[in-house]
Order: sequence, then structure tokens, then C-alpha cells
Amino acid sequence: MRETTPVHTRKVLRDRGVQLLIYASVLLISTVFIWILADLVRGGLAHLSWEFLMESPRDAGRTGGIASILVSTLLILLVAVLTAVPIAWTTAILLAEFIAVDSAFGKAVRFSLHVLAGVPSIVFGLFGNAFFSIYLGLGFSILSGGLTLACMLLPILASTAEAGLRTVPNAYRMSASALGLTRTATLVHLILPAAAPVLAAGLLLGIGRALAETAALLFTSGYVDRMPDSLLDSGRALALHIFDLSMNVPGGDMPAYASALVLVSLLLCINILAMKFAYGLQRRKIRT
Amino acid sequence: MILSERNILFRLILIDKLLIGILRIGAMLAALVMLLILFFLAHESWPVLSKLSIARFINDASWHPLEGAYNLMPMLSGTVLTSVGALLLTIPLSLASALFIVFYAPLHLATFYKRLIELLSGIPSVVFGFWGLTTLVPLINQWNPPGASLLAAILVLTMMILPTITLTAYTALAAVPEELLRNAAALGLSRWGMIRGVALPAAKTGIVAGIILAAARALGETMAVLMVAGNVVQYPETLFDPVRTLAANIALEAAYAMGGHRAVLFVSGLLLMLLVMVLSGMAGLLKKQRYA
Repeated sequence: MRETTPVHTRKVLRDRGVQLLIYASVLLISTVFIWILADLVRGGLAHLSWEFLMESPRDAGRTGGIASILVSTLLILLVAVLTAVPIAWTTAILLAEFIAVDSAFGKAVRFSLHVLAGVPSIVFGLFGNAFFSIYLGLGFSILSGGLTLACMLLPILASTAEAGLRTVPNAYRMSASALGLTRTATLVHLILPAAAPVLAAGLLLGIGRALAETAALLFTSGYVDRMPDSLLDSGRALALHIFDLSMNVPGGDMPAYASALVLVSLLLCINILAMKFAYGLQRRKIRT
Repeated sequence: MILSERNILFRLILIDKLLIGILRIGAMLAALVMLLILFFLAHESWPVLSKLSIARFINDASWHPLEGAYNLMPMLSGTVLTSVGALLLTIPLSLASALFIVFYAPLHLATFYKRLIELLSGIPSVVFGFWGLTTLVPLINQWNPPGASLLAAILVLTMMILPTITLTAYTALAAVPEELLRNAAALGLSRWGMIRGVALPAAKTGIVAGIILAAARALGETMAVLMVAGNVVQYPETLFDPVRTLAANIALEAAYAMGGHRAVLFVSGLLLMLLVMVLSGMAGLLKKQRYA
């Protein structure tokens, strides 16, 4: 026994050492995260006010607020979501409900969505500029920015929706068909309601991604910070506003902090809501 | 019954056919987007690709696109250096985080920390860039000017890809069968012995797939890097030299680029996309292997 003791002590020491390292890294990561948040909150709260949200930017954004920016952001989001959701969800329904997993068409669609998910956002920006802005002649506009974002959202929306539809138990489909429901009826009255929380979570994730996007909008929706009159006007998204204030406007740090705080709080709300939907569904599944 | 009433609403089989038709159109549109992107990237870069040899992108004297000098190598090296640096920093940190969640933390702390990481993954790149610009760059500047540098880019990228690797490693580690771990414990392995000898090897493919995905994300990341890297076209000699990445170069110059210059930017976009496609293809293959 005596000979093994040192080996044993060494192992205990090594375990402790590893544990220490792991705790240290976790502490480091949490500290940095809280540092970032604290910085944003401290810098943002100083400048944030009701007027900031309700006024349009003046003097390149140094004074005034972000009202027109928020409107543009909302319009871009609306265009993106309204375009992407029908395409993505029909794709997901087809892939999950109507064709075999190993059919050639399904494989091709899934592969192209997989590749699309990996495309860097700046490449989407280049494509949007070449296709929507120049080829289709939409110019620098909310419409071309929204459509570019729609392309980015497709894979996220489609893959979350497909995964959601696949979590619906097969017993539902079999019971429905035993009762003589057509597939359309099964889908509309049974499967979509059952998968609704996951669809909603996926939609929220997509909206979050679209809100956070900057690079794809740089040369599609443009820089103009006026209140947009129509979808064909150029409009500046919130993320782009932060970028512009911090890089191109000397003395724009304070409004940039406030805008960043607005953006991050919006995203936190959306993400927490999405998590609620996803976790809620898990809990329901465990209970039944 | 209610269900048969529903059935009356959609009695016609025709409607089923119609629905499938609509769904197919949607799916085809989705698949088309991918082809459209590839086509337009190729189309826009064709003027340069057809006229110039590929060697020009490597052998030209410098990056002076207005004078027809198109050397992309300094930017490519910037992209590779920032990504590799960020990966080297991130891998140990995120593995530690994942191990903490799965093996070390008590349950409620693990849940809390995992939520924290998930929220971290939701912070937009422009906010990381902004924070880097206002906090990190001045700090590095005090230590070793000019501040906006390769190091700043690496640090910001590290924070951005950390959640990706942590969450995929967590999923892979959590999927290791409980049985294996119990056996290891029964054999008297210490906790680290069990992790190193059993858990990590069993979760290896999943972890590697996550790392590859994170690498793809790092290669394509634009805004955060653009804001902190200094954007000087050069081969950096130290960590404190400013660099410019391929993606940042596109973001900086595409707004005013014309003719050949614009085409070269599309070439670099194409290059980025191909790099990322290869990486995500590799990750996909690994995943398939795991399930096979």
C-alpha cells in the first residue's frame, strides 16, 4: 500500500489542478461577459431616455435619437420575415411530412440549405448588392436589405421548423389517417398546432439573427438615417447605426452606447422568449 | 366527432395535391437561393477570373486595386492568423466551460452558466466590435500602441466563437452514455481520468465538428474584426500590428469599388464562401460518421 500512496496523491493533485483550471476559465469567461454587459449598461443608461427613442438622429447621430433607425429596422425585419417565413416553412413541411428522408429532391434541398447556413454574412451582402440592388434595380433600399436578410434567414427558419415538425409523435399522424383525415387536414389541425412552440422559437431566433446583422446590410439597405417614406427608400438598421457611430462619427460614442444597449436588450428579450418556448415544449413532452 | 368535422373541411384529395404542389414550389425557391448566390458571385467575378491568371492574386506587388495590383495574400494571411489565433485561445476555454457544465458544476449553477453562454451567443457582432473598440483597443494601446491590432481582433473573435464551441462540446459530452461514465467510476478512475480517458474520446467527433463550425464562423466574421483590427494591408510581424482580413476588405471597399476592383472583391467573396463551404462540409461529414 505504501508504494501506491505517492501515485495516488499525485492523481489527487492532478485532479485538483485540472479542477482549478476549469473553474478559473469559467470565472474568466463570466467576468468578461459581465464586464461587457456592465460597460454597455453603464455607457448606455447615461444617454438613454424616452426622447432618445422618439427623436430622429441629428448631426450624423451625435444628438437626437434613433426613432427613424428603429422604424427602418422594423421595416427591414418585416420584409425579411414576411418573405422568408412562407418559403422556409413550406420547405420544412415538405421535407418533414411529405417526402422520404432519402429522396433525391429532399437531399438536394437540404444540402443547399446546409451550405446556405454557412455562407458568411458579408457574402450575402455582396450577393444582395449585385442581385437585388443592381440586377433587379431596387437600389439601396429597405426592400433589397430585407430580401437579402430573407436569404440569410431561410436556413435557420427551415431547419428549426423541420426539427420541430419531427418532434411531433408519429402516433398523431397514424391516428389522423386512421380517422380518415386528409393529409392537409392532419397538417393544419394537428401537426402545425403541436409544433407551434418550436416554430415560434425558430422564428424568434431568426428575428434575433436578422436584428444582429450588419455586414449583409452595408451595401443593400444603405446608410441614410432619415425617416423612410417607402420600402424603396434607403434605411439604416440599428446594428449599422452602431457601426457607423463608432467608426465614422467622432464623438458618437455616447449615442452608440445607448443604441447598443437598446439592441442588446431587444435581443436578450427575444432570445429569452425563444428559450422559454423551446424549454416549455421539452417539459410538456416529458410530462406526456 | 370533431375530427370528422375537420375532415369535411378538407374533403377533396385535390387539396392534398395542391398543397404538395405549393410546398414543392417553396422548397425549390429555397434551393434556388443557393444557386443564385453562387451564380451571381461567379458572374460578377468573371471579368477578372477570365482575364487574369490566379497567380496574379498571389504574385502581384501589392494591393492597389485602382492601379491593377491585386495581391490578396496579406488579407488572406490576416484572415487565417486571426481565425487560428482565436481558435487556439477558444478551444481550451470552451472545453473547460463544457466540462464545467457537464461534470463539475452543481445542477443549478450548470443551468445558469449554460444560459449565460447561450445569451453570449446572442450578442451581435457589431456590439462585440463596439466594445472592443471602446474598451479593448485603448487598453492594448496603453500596453503597446497602436491598439487596433491582430491581438484585439483575436480577442474579440475569441469571445464570439466561444459559445459555438462550448455549446456543441456540451451537446457532445452530454450525449456520452451514462453507462460508460459509471463503468469508469466503478473502475476507480479519478474524475479527470474518467474525463480524459472516457468522456473526451467518446465525444471527440462532436467536439471537432463544433470546432470546425466555429472556424468557419471566424473566417467569415466581418464587422467585429473590421472595427478592431486596424485594417492596414500588410503581413503582421507582431501581435500588435494592425491587419486587414478578406471579409473586412470587402466591407471597406465594396461601397465604392468599380470595374476590375469590384470584380476582385467578388473573387475574394467567392474564395471566402468556398473556404467556409469546405469547412462546413467537413463538419457535416463528421456528424454523419457519428450517427452511422
